[in-house]
Amino acid sequence: MRNAYLLLALFFSQQAVAESASSLLKKYELLAKQENAAFVGFAADKGERFFHAERLHSDGKKVSCATCHTADPRKPGKTRANKVIEAMAISVNPQRFSDEAKVEKWFGRNCKDVLERACTAQEKGDFIAYLLSIK
Amino acid sequence: MKKWLQFLVLITSISATSALLASGGFSDNSKQAMPAVANAKWKTECSGCHMLYHPGLLPERSWNKMMAGLDKHFGENASLDDASRDEIARFLALNSADKQDNRRSNRINQSIPAGATPLRISETRYFTSKHDEIAASTFKRKSIGSAANCVACHQAAEKGDFSESQIRIPR
Repeated sequence: MRNAYLLLALFFSQQAVAESASSLLKKYELLAKQENAAFVGFAADKGERFFHAERLHSDGKKVSCATCHTADPRKPGKTRANKVIEAMAISVNPQRFSDEAKVEKWFGRNCKDVLERACTAQEKGDFIAYLLSIK
Repeated sequence: MKKWLQFLVLITSISATSALLASGGFSDNSKQAMPAVANAKWKTECSGCHMLYHPGLLPERSWNKMMAGLDKHFGENASLDDASRDEIARFLALNSADKQDNRRSNRINQSIPAGATPLRISETRYFTSKHDEIAASTFKRKSIGSAANCVACHQAAEKGDFSESQIRIPR
């Protein structure tokens, strides 16, 4: 019986996690439609390419999201100042994308650090779709 | 038997008193260590990417310059919302090296020329003289990273405790 309660609790917590990331996706969807009238939806495979895409930063170094987060979002990464970055994949780290202000803070910083511009809502949505798709 | 007990009580009280003195109970030791400081925003925001630096490690003008340039923070974008930035800036200024009355903060502050506003603690003369026996290659060890990673060797650095007894240099 205790196991059943645990399973039930786990079920609802997973639901809650999926809810927060997917409700955030809904918000980005509205923004993406404003950005682009021809918006058709978010795609995990585009998010995956975005995560790994390497570009030449104006400081002369090659950089991608994976530079700090590692090529596997299920694994912890490391900041340039030697601090651990918790895993990005939502299946491994359910805390991800549960706090909108935090999400926007980090998109705001990291997009400028890697791409030297802000990310579009399309890019943010594809990226979250990718992280949601990882089992 | 009774004499033996009296002797024991005497010895115990002497050692207890000296331990209290050594731990700084009655002495002026509190002026040597940086005081415990706390601000939730500072703790969360300033330890997201790097170790938590005690405000007593730099003078107020350095913290002000740092907090005014978070969009280019040692090559990274560390922008904050205005309210968080202002709150943290006030906290840092209030507890900065030139507002502290402890020996280490005083020495750091005195080692900085009046016209200089360093952003890196490791560029102060206090830091370089304290670390002159550490090779550049040691700082570059994978377990350390750089001179910015105090906590790699100073176990209690995030509490502002840099005492000799808390040092362990990793391989």
